[in-house]
Amino acid sequence: MRAKAAFLTVAHRLAILAYIAFALFPLFWLLKVAVTPNDLLYSEGIRLWPSRASLEHFDFVLRHSAFPVFFRNSLIVSGSTAIVVTILASLSGYALSRFRFRGKYWLVTLMLLTQMFPLVMLVAPIFKILSPLGLTNSLTGLVIVYTAFNVPFATFLMQSFFDGIPKDLEEAAMIDGATQFVAFRQIILPLTLPGIAATLGFVFTAAWSELLFSLMLISGNEQATFPVGLLSFVSKFSVDFGQMMAAGVLALIPACLFFLLIQRYLVQGLTAGAVKG
Amino acid sequence: MAYAARHDGLPAIRPPLMKRIADASAPYLYSAPALILIVTVMLVPLVLGVSYAFRDIQLLNPFSGAFIGLDHFRALSQDQAFFRSLRNTLWWTGASVLLQFAFGLILALLLDKPFRGRAIAQALVFLPWAVPSFLAGLNWAWLFNPVVGPLPHWFYAIGLMSQPANILSDPQLAMWGPIVANIWWGIPFFAITLLAALQAIPRDLYEAASIDGAGAFQRFLSITLPFLAPTIAITILLRTVWISNFADLIIVMTNGGPADRTQIVASYIFTQAFKRLDFGYASAIALVLLALLLAYSLLIVILRQWLLSKD
Repeated sequence: MRAKAAFLTVAHRLAILAYIAFALFPLFWLLKVAVTPNDLLYSEGIRLWPSRASLEHFDFVLRHSAFPVFFRNSLIVSGSTAIVVTILASLSGYALSRFRFRGKYWLVTLMLLTQMFPLVMLVAPIFKILSPLGLTNSLTGLVIVYTAFNVPFATFLMQSFFDGIPKDLEEAAMIDGATQFVAFRQIILPLTLPGIAATLGFVFTAAWSELLFSLMLISGNEQATFPVGLLSFVSKFSVDFGQMMAAGVLALIPACLFFLLIQRYLVQGLTAGAVKG
Repeated sequence: MAYAARHDGLPAIRPPLMKRIADASAPYLYSAPALILIVTVMLVPLVLGVSYAFRDIQLLNPFSGAFIGLDHFRALSQDQAFFRSLRNTLWWTGASVLLQFAFGLILALLLDKPFRGRAIAQALVFLPWAVPSFLAGLNWAWLFNPVVGPLPHWFYAIGLMSQPANILSDPQLAMWGPIVANIWWGIPFFAITLLAALQAIPRDLYEAASIDGAGAFQRFLSITLPFLAPTIAITILLRTVWISNFADLIIVMTNGGPADRTQIVASYIFTQAFKRLDFGYASAIALVLLALLLAYSLLIVILRQWLLSKD
């Protein structure tokens, strides 16, 4: 019986290790090629770590390529989208959490439907609408589009955080003479700071990863976001793997930073949401 | 709210008119900004896109724009590339969802057991979820590339390949490239959702079952699965719709090639709009895709009702 338990424990740990290896190997390889000097890349083949590592590819990418511009553009787009979405979603999430009103059912249905239908359908019409307004090839245009795409999910997320805060708090404030909006701003919002941080993070990562619309709406290098820049780099200079992977590692940084911050709350938050149904 | 006379006999206190208007309009004011944005950036383009499906809209042709009725749909019914992309969508979606779910469920069960270092293990296995999809695609395209990637050499070493070749340029195998990348990327999503559902199962149920002498497998069948079933059903439904529309990995890794073998409907729409700038035809395909997805969702809902009414 003891032997069987020990065997199960070992099998369990081995299975976990296999999953970790599968999850990390591609990222490890990205890093490995990024630090391999060009002369060793082909001669050493598929060694797991080069005999000499260098940061020359990172140095080149940061100083002699357009990637810092792409990085800055992506940062501007994702950052602004995250902030605007979080503001709009706190307002609408609060409405869904605290009020009963005519049309609420339809609002929720509309928001759910936007999560279901293929966004690729909108590529052509959105281009046609934004083009005469001068919002194609512009970071502002991207922010508007991404904000709309992310507001429904963020609203539900914020609603679940507001639902977790007892109603008595703002009722007490309103008895003391505060208007509901003041109570919302000064009492409820500060209490949902963790929820606001989570929403900011989710939306930032989603905007940072978006590919199709930025491919369609952005054409020049000046306004290119990271995905567009990396893809055009790949199709133009598909020989310099070291530099491409160095750029790839850089694109990974913001997403991973956010992930490390959020992952602790990931399962907990979902559990809380699941209990409510 | 009723402002009827109060029980203590004092006259009813009615808030002033302005205050009542403000109260009634509050929820609308809170949700208006989000609603306006959703309507102008998603709903209006959607309606416009539906109208494009019946018009001749080509970006580079200033004389296009005429109403052409069902011409796009006639062309579509003759379009072999479209039917191939439809078959590819089934294959891509089915294989991705099933394998993501299977590996995700196993991972969730492994992580549900407390062990030393669980927090760090969980952070590491969930990491792919944070990787931007375009980067996941590029990363796997490089791994499959015999010039810089190890995978072809390993396949060759264990005898799966007669020479280290790129499966992404092999018409028979190319679809496996994006599918593998998608599995890698999507396992965490299923694992996170299922793990949350697992942790909501009351622990005393398991204790009671083992006191009654139920084995581990029996406990899984009679407690875990029934508890997970609703989560599994809704996750798979949503994920199927989502993955059948998910073109990023394919556009990055193969761009639909070789010889359209990895073209799915979503990437075909994007190619028509982005490369050929034929917005009318792209919108017609999109409309067909939307109809198919609606039919699928409706089928699932009806199936669910039927299963529930049978019990």
